[in-house]
Amino acid sequence: MIQQVENPALEIHDLTVSYDKKPVLWGVDLTIPNGALCGIIGPNGAGKSTLIKSIMDLIPLNSGYVKLFDQDLDEVRKKISYVPQRESVDWDFPASVLDIVMMGRYSKLGLFKRPRKADRDAALSALEMVGMDKYARRQIAQLSGGQQQRVFLARALTQNAEIYFLDEPFAGVDAATEKAIIQILKNLSSQGKTIVVVHHDLQSVETYFDWVILLNLRLVASGPTTDVFTPQLLEETYGGKLTLLSEVGELVKKGGFHAREKQ
Amino acid sequence: MDAFIIILTGSLVAVSCALLGSFLVLRKMAMIGDAISHSVLPGIVIAFLLVGSLQSVWMIIGAGLIGVLTTFLIEFFHQKGKLQTDASIGVTFTWLFALGVILVTYYAGNAHIDQDCILHGEIAYVPIDLMYDDAGNAIGPKAVIVLSVVLALILVFITVFYKELFITTFDPDFANAIGISSARWHYLLMGLVSLTTVASFESVGAILVVALLIAPASAAYLITRDLKWMLMLSSLFGIVSSFLGYWLSYLLDGSIAGAMVTISGAIFGICYLVTVLKK
Repeated sequence: MIQQVENPALEIHDLTVSYDKKPVLWGVDLTIPNGALCGIIGPNGAGKSTLIKSIMDLIPLNSGYVKLFDQDLDEVRKKISYVPQRESVDWDFPASVLDIVMMGRYSKLGLFKRPRKADRDAALSALEMVGMDKYARRQIAQLSGGQQQRVFLARALTQNAEIYFLDEPFAGVDAATEKAIIQILKNLSSQGKTIVVVHHDLQSVETYFDWVILLNLRLVASGPTTDVFTPQLLEETYGGKLTLLSEVGELVKKGGFHAREKQ
Repeated sequence: MDAFIIILTGSLVAVSCALLGSFLVLRKMAMIGDAISHSVLPGIVIAFLLVGSLQSVWMIIGAGLIGVLTTFLIEFFHQKGKLQTDASIGVTFTWLFALGVILVTYYAGNAHIDQDCILHGEIAYVPIDLMYDDAGNAIGPKAVIVLSVVLALILVFITVFYKELFITTFDPDFANAIGISSARWHYLLMGLVSLTTVASFESVGAILVVALLIAPASAAYLITRDLKWMLMLSSLFGIVSSFLGYWLSYLLDGSIAGAMVTISGAIFGICYLVTVLKK
């Protein structure tokens, strides 16, 4: 069940990526429509983060290509925003919340230019959107996990991008933060922005996303949530890893699936 | 006057090292600074044999290139050879250093270059090693002039490219994603570290320069949570180390560079105590 679309925001063609000669993504071929709020779902080690990293050109591809708005990444970099995994940086770094959020403006500034008042204002209003404006002067070492994630989202918001890639934005955050983040993503989506999220929690998939990619080394499915998020396809994605998977499908239907995967 | 020149030289070395060292510490690359300071040895010797003088531009450039080569080899063995970073560092710099040791001992008859001078330096000789203009008039101590140029270069680099260094240090993936190449800034920074090491080795030696790269920066890291303050504080600690180190060595009648590093270690100890007591 792989549904291709016309004029996609994101097109991945025959993508294969390997670490140390061992493939981690195999022949992934998909398109995502403009304005989709899309979840990438799959078990641990399925290559979800790798998929995002290869879209952002952070790791070398073995074959295939990625097009964003029918162009190469380098031509549309300013329209793209990336939120890495929260754990990928050192939060003891000597910097303030505002310093970090301002980074989102660096790509527009270019070499030799320093951030100006307009950049500061953009950073502050992004912080307001994520409910962190009171923390602008705070050192990042003092933030909780949820606050760190909000700061990362604020940094992405200052970029005013057309497409957003978020790597596990809901991992290890409090319920209030999760709610705030998904609300912001839904708002962006309603403004016609495309959003791609690596996601773990099967229970919330149906309420969060209108497009779902099921991934496990190879692409299992890509399409509208109602068509893709079915017990059969989930079983195919999680494979032998969950023999309880037939049960998972039932649970998802009943809305009683609480097993959040351990990090 | 001699005391002033020695303290000035020490301060120039210490501030250059502290500024670059701050970025090394934050990038968790302290040991790469160590590696570079040793592996430039063959570069120094080869350049010396070719040009015949210890303070030529060629030597600084040559050794600077070897420093970047070291960083490149470390990355290469780590990424392509699947070797752990620490093992990769250990293999690369010791091998290059050994090459340098062979070269030095082979040309041991030469009075101007020997192991002692490279490993330990001698800052006390700085005031008498003068640089002359074309007419033969002394313009000042060589080391002071060379180190001033190096420090000026570092200051310009850090002020002009502050935001690039900041973003590639904190979040290299994000920097790459928005089109700021973290690899380019990594190698530029390592090039400057090599250059500083080469310019400093005659005064403080290849081993003690590592301490000046790491100790003041680490001390500043402990007591501040702002990168700009960290850069300023580590520089200040470097100057204080140079000043107090000179007087300590005067009192003890011992190695000046050794005393400077001892003081910088003591400053680190004090900063550590401060953070512990604060908690």
